[in-house]
Amino acid sequence: MVTGADFLRLLLDGGFDFFTGVPCSLVKSLIASLEERGGYIPETREDAAVGLAAGAYLAGKQPVVIMQNSGLGVCLNALASLSLIYHLPCLLLITWRGYQGKDAPEHIIMGDISPTLLTTLRIPHRALSPETVSDSIRWAAETLKQSSQPVALLLPPGVMQ
Amino acid sequence: MKLAEALGAIIPLLRDELVVHANGFISRESFNVSDRPGNFYMIGSMGLASSIALGVALNRPDRRVVVFDGDGNVLMNLGSVALIGATQPGNLVHIVFDNEVYGSTGNQRTIAAQVALEEIAHSAGYKRVQRVETATVLRTTAQELLAQPGPSFLLIKIEPDREERKIGRITHGPPQIALRFMAEISNQRSAVSGQQNKERE
Repeated sequence: MVTGADFLRLLLDGGFDFFTGVPCSLVKSLIASLEERGGYIPETREDAAVGLAAGAYLAGKQPVVIMQNSGLGVCLNALASLSLIYHLPCLLLITWRGYQGKDAPEHIIMGDISPTLLTTLRIPHRALSPETVSDSIRWAAETLKQSSQPVALLLPPGVMQ
Repeated sequence: MKLAEALGAIIPLLRDELVVHANGFISRESFNVSDRPGNFYMIGSMGLASSIALGVALNRPDRRVVVFDGDGNVLMNLGSVALIGATQPGNLVHIVFDNEVYGSTGNQRTIAAQVALEEIAHSAGYKRVQRVETATVLRTTAQELLAQPGPSFLLIKIEPDREERKIGRITHGPPQIALRFMAEISNQRSAVSGQQNKERE
């Protein structure tokens, strides 16, 4: 397992420098580290967070949007009709509730379809594991720069402390 | 006041402001009045113009950022009004053209006739809030708000277009709109030095 502080360090090393989102319990230590660092913007909805990140990118930042996969449903149109068509990249750090069908009922369907939704949107994505966090963040940073499009990392339970 | 009249009163006041436009007639009418490199035209993602503008404003506090928004857009993303109040970007001016309808889909009513959006902005914590209904007052009010620290909210009551209008669409593609806007942002002139340069010219 990685700590929120270590995860944040890897994001900063990858060049990411603007952070917003809507929380999930699976990333509470990361958000605590971001709040400690300062500058984290707690958004009200995930689609608004994608809009905020688009503005930050236009202003020269490399944004990260943190959300639960329930929020992926909320921001589908923001991704399709803003980020993807204007080529406004951001890293989507999406917690994977309903992973392997083991979760509360409200998470089961979204947990099942999260990777498929990202594939359908043509957003490159990887699932994180404790061993691959560092490599995956580096991959995300490179892919995002090359494509000028959003890239997603799915975070299942058991990866972040 | 019509939308074109309201835009005609505000646009000549702009210097190096970055202007994020809501989708629909606001983008298209403004593009037809005067296309500027500092204009970002949002063509989809209804509701998000103020979120995009906030993202720019927070990261470039040296540049003044204006949102040309609509009542339907604001109602779709009231959380953004709250976040602007919470984050207090002094360089943000939120202008709402309120015609009480969804104009580009055929004038179906919004609920802006029943809800005073400027009071929501006031409650959210915008520093300056104004509501105007005539073009003469609009000019002086907009001039004041563009010169003072914000966040400011200007609600302009406009008439919906009763007849279907043939108004051109934005001719730049989305990636070109973004690249041109980014080039304008990375231009290092601050709002203040830009103004001084203009005065010198």
